[in-house]
Amino acid sequence: MADLKLENVQKAFGDNPVIRGIDLTITKGEMVCLIGASGSGKSTLLRCMNLLEPIDDGNIFLDGTDISEPGKDPQPVRQRIGMVFQSYNLFPHMTALDNAMLAPRRILGGSRAQLRPALEEMFTRFGLHDRMNHFPDQLSGGQQQRVAIIRALAMQPEIMLFDEITSALDPELVGEVLDVLRDLRSQGMTMVLATHEMGFARELADKVCFLHQGRILEQGPPDQIFEAPNEERTKAFLSRVL
Amino acid sequence: MPTQTRRQSFEARQRKRANMIAAASTFAVLAAIVLLVPLAPGWENVKRSFFNGAVFAKTFPGLLNAFVMDVAIFLWCAPLIAALGLIVAIARDLRSPALYPVRLLAIAYTDVFRGLPVILVIYLIGFGIPGLGLPRPWNSPYIWGSLALILVYSAYVAEVIRSGIESIHDSQRNAALSLGLSGGDTMRYVILPQAVRRVVPANMNLFIALQKDVALLSFIGPVEIFRQAGVYKSLMANFTPYVGAALIFLALTIPATRYADYLMNKQSKARS
Repeated sequence: MADLKLENVQKAFGDNPVIRGIDLTITKGEMVCLIGASGSGKSTLLRCMNLLEPIDDGNIFLDGTDISEPGKDPQPVRQRIGMVFQSYNLFPHMTALDNAMLAPRRILGGSRAQLRPALEEMFTRFGLHDRMNHFPDQLSGGQQQRVAIIRALAMQPEIMLFDEITSALDPELVGEVLDVLRDLRSQGMTMVLATHEMGFARELADKVCFLHQGRILEQGPPDQIFEAPNEERTKAFLSRVL
Repeated sequence: MPTQTRRQSFEARQRKRANMIAAASTFAVLAAIVLLVPLAPGWENVKRSFFNGAVFAKTFPGLLNAFVMDVAIFLWCAPLIAALGLIVAIARDLRSPALYPVRLLAIAYTDVFRGLPVILVIYLIGFGIPGLGLPRPWNSPYIWGSLALILVYSAYVAEVIRSGIESIHDSQRNAALSLGLSGGDTMRYVILPQAVRRVVPANMNLFIALQKDVALLSFIGPVEIFRQAGVYKSLMANFTPYVGAALIFLALTIPATRYADYLMNKQSKARS
């Protein structure tokens, strides 16, 4: 079980409201794509789900437990919800393997020798077996992003959040990262993506949400959102990006 | 031999020209110094009392010997400074309300010791604490003089490390926290290792300054190179030992400074 339920979530930076009352349910095994223009609140919404940004009002329930309660320790929640960032954010002073090993070693416990086989398998699965002992600055953007995904997966999270993870990549490297997402999708991972890859969202998402000025203006299955959007703003946005 | 492009041959001509101008002007300045300084009316006296070859040869081994003491003081102070500086830097970043007094203390500490002249701290601690009538060896000026240096330099090192901590982008912190790591682990495994590496050149400059400031301990007793030079000066009524001491310091500090600059350059290139 890993259902994430957002109720009337609100978040402002100073006087600037970024999330203005969002309701959203993510069911186990589902892949949800957030689309919308820059500044529509996609990234902030993901950061709220991971509790990197404390929300101002509303509730976020993980399996029925309110995780957004002010003052609650965010650590156990973050261990269950992995996150990958647009700019990879690998730790530059550690090898790819050590990047993935740090959190499991400190939190799940276990020695390097115990943790290594499972991680090694993951590096192999994502085509990075010969890059495990490289430092981030010796890797291409696509490789770094795949390592970042492995790093998050190493904690065996129940939900994965992806914040425009292909936006900083050269076009020819986008494919290799999307392949990793396809792989995860086929394994039944629960995923929420903020993305500009409309083709990808259309191909794989169970649900697509169009965000506009901090609200979900429209949500539904990809066919409906991309083929027959109800809202004028959704139509306008899609005509600009497709 | 590969033929040069037009650009390459132009740049080669430019370089040749620049080198010739630099050599000529350097030669002119040196010649002026060599020719003009001896014309000063007191030159013969200065030469006899500051650049006396016989005195130099006689005192240099003794000075070198005394310099071992400077290096020794430096060597036992440096690791303690690094450790205390790190502790104070971390203490200044504590956010827990229960630990607020520790944070306040760390702030007061860095403010006070960065605000005082080193020599004043050496006097106050070096004369003050043994004045309590402590038994041997606890009245040794080596201990209390070293403590004074440690206290002053740790304050500077702490500030340098803190600037390093602040220079690490927030995205690193977020990435670590998003994995479920605690604040402490994030600092220890993600922020600090990067911060400390980034400020190595700046800290090296501080440690070079420390090596020079060890000479200040001579004012409270230890016979290190500066005091030894003073002894020779009185003995021989000649200032040449000071020049000898200066040369010994430079032999150590110039390579170290060059190395720090080299590291600093390498780092700024790597980041651009």
